[in-house]
Amino acid sequence: MADAAVATSGAAIGPPVIEGTGAAGFHRAIFAGLVVLLLVAPFLLYPVFLMKVLCFALFAAAFNLLLGYGGLLSFGHAAYFGMASYISAYSAKVLGFPPELAILAGTAMGAALGLLFGALAIRRQGIYFAMITLALSQMVYFFSLQAKFTGGEDGIQAVPRGTLFGILNLAIDINLYYVVAAIFLIGLYAMYRIIHSPFGQVMKAIRDNEPRAISLGYRVNQYKLALFVMSTTLAGLAGATKAIVFQLASLTDVHWSMSGEPVLMTLVGGLGTVFGPLIGAAVIVSMQNYLATLGAWVLVVQGIIFVTCVLVFREGLLGFVAKTIRRPL
Amino acid sequence: MTDTMTRLTRLAATAVCALAASAAGAQTAVKFGVLNDRSGVYADITGEGSVVATRLAVEDFKAAEKGLKVEVVSADHQNKPDIGSNIARTWFDQDGVDAILDVPTSSVGLAVSGIAKEKNRVFLNSGSGTSDLTGRSCSPNTISWTYDTWALGNGTGAAMTKRGGNTWFFVTADYAFGTALERDATEAIKKAGGTVAGSVRHPFPGQDFSSFMLQAQASKAKVVGFANAGGDTINSIKQASEFGLVQGGQSLAGLLIFVTDIKSLGLQTAQGLVLTEPFYWDRDEASRAFARRFAERMGGKMPSAVHAGVYSSAIHYMKAVAELKDTKDGAAVVAKMKAMPTDDPIFGKGAVRQDGRKLHDMYLFEVKKPAESKGEWDLYKTLATIPAAEAWRPMAEGGCPLVPKT
Repeated sequence: MADAAVATSGAAIGPPVIEGTGAAGFHRAIFAGLVVLLLVAPFLLYPVFLMKVLCFALFAAAFNLLLGYGGLLSFGHAAYFGMASYISAYSAKVLGFPPELAILAGTAMGAALGLLFGALAIRRQGIYFAMITLALSQMVYFFSLQAKFTGGEDGIQAVPRGTLFGILNLAIDINLYYVVAAIFLIGLYAMYRIIHSPFGQVMKAIRDNEPRAISLGYRVNQYKLALFVMSTTLAGLAGATKAIVFQLASLTDVHWSMSGEPVLMTLVGGLGTVFGPLIGAAVIVSMQNYLATLGAWVLVVQGIIFVTCVLVFREGLLGFVAKTIRRPL
Repeated sequence: MTDTMTRLTRLAATAVCALAASAAGAQTAVKFGVLNDRSGVYADITGEGSVVATRLAVEDFKAAEKGLKVEVVSADHQNKPDIGSNIARTWFDQDGVDAILDVPTSSVGLAVSGIAKEKNRVFLNSGSGTSDLTGRSCSPNTISWTYDTWALGNGTGAAMTKRGGNTWFFVTADYAFGTALERDATEAIKKAGGTVAGSVRHPFPGQDFSSFMLQAQASKAKVVGFANAGGDTINSIKQASEFGLVQGGQSLAGLLIFVTDIKSLGLQTAQGLVLTEPFYWDRDEASRAFARRFAERMGGKMPSAVHAGVYSSAIHYMKAVAELKDTKDGAAVVAKMKAMPTDDPIFGKGAVRQDGRKLHDMYLFEVKKPAESKGEWDLYKTLATIPAAEAWRPMAEGGCPLVPKT
């Protein structure tokens, strides 16, 4: 019975990539390249579009942290993302919080909700875990639909971007872009450290063989809960930042289809890779924006790309690269 | 000698510049962005039809003769406010779009309105029905053209009651939008001397309405009003038809439903339903002429009220720009549009109010019985005209900050 559960939860995960000795230096170089890329990007592309990519990349990375490294498939990440964006928007607009506090408040909401939902959900495994997270996130959706402060189907609109620490005017796109880029890098680096910490190693052990981790004396539920909360906190950070960027929070953010976005992005980019979700988010968000003129064809194109990715690049775009160059990414 | 040459060159250069400037001035560039749902639930009432309507407006206005060089672009916002607001920002910042048209889905409409204000461009709303856009969220850069939920609820409520349907029962979607619709309609019914026998809230979105239909039947109210939208309305009308509410002597009233919904429901199911719309293609000669040209380009589909509104708002916008010869100051264009009376073949003469509300008549329609219908698109008969003066929420009740307090 336990073996069957492990088999289902492990089925979605690719083969573990063996970490070489040069991996740390290699990753440092990638991070450095990423910083340079993020610094020049706004001069080449439209900043608001880039900010959207970064917010979704962080969201997808948070999801990937849970599935790729913990083997926990959550179908309800929209709840943390969306609630954080509501709290962030509400505290910035109605309570008059400065943007940094609004984002922190949203992130805290993601953490609190994650702790509550995670404590319930991790008691089950595999598909049951996924269904519980989905059910809980649907509760959040209906709560958001009915609650006064969320503005129902109109959402919270015209959220002020404010000034960061009272000095930096975020109404200017380029200023906000660098703040979002910094938030993204901090979030991604935090995840990188979590993955490569002893805690991360234990998580990978639990992902690959839970009964063995138990037999080694690890309290797996505590580890799972901790990882779950970390993931929802980062998802909350992404949602809270998005509310400030787009100056709105709406039902779209808590809708179940929003939970599907990070799944799609992660699978396209590369499950269980640190940088894959960023690639996946860039691909999906670019399609949504640049193909918007195609009308109904956007979804068809998106579907074809997804099917192609799953058929040709089983490990996702970056997972494919990682396999080719035989290094973990 | 060289000095004279230099001076002459400068003079010539200035002259060329001046000429170039005047040549550019003679042609005012206008770029319309039609932002709507092209793949989802609102693709029929907005979608490609709104683009066609905009192009028809450009042709009918004879823009080129009046010194306007008009371009039309379009995009699909997929009913997601973040995608919509991203497109709107890109259009304003990078692509030089002067006015965004249509934009169904209230959350996206409100977001676009905010961005248009921030960037000082223009938003001509036709697709979203929230009356907040002319209420507390009104903006000097936004005009709401076609309809709003207040006008639909109020129009159907008041007009039905006056026609004798004076006891009501509501089937209401259980969220802010549905309850607001019910509240506005209830007010109108009471004002017109009717009573509300009761109401029931159904979960949103709902599939099974049978118990609500039984309650509606048991209430013995003369009119059953559906204060819901989209798929909920369609489902509840279908089930009302299965339970034979109309055959039992009750009238059905849709508070938010469009001609394309009726078309997809079919006359057999929807017959006898009463609803309010600002436009019906087969109403008079001018609307039929417009519909014929529209249908030619849309594979036989008739225009919805939203399409008509997009057409009419584009015409009025071009009129204002042709006089101002400039599109850069969005608030100035909107102010000009408010100052000029509106006049077009579809909505006739009208005006734009200070809070951004376009005023025109509304009509109470009844869906025909299958036997009465002469063609595929022969769907409505007109029951009453609701004059513009009664059709819209009074400006003072909206709470729009642009309206001076008296």
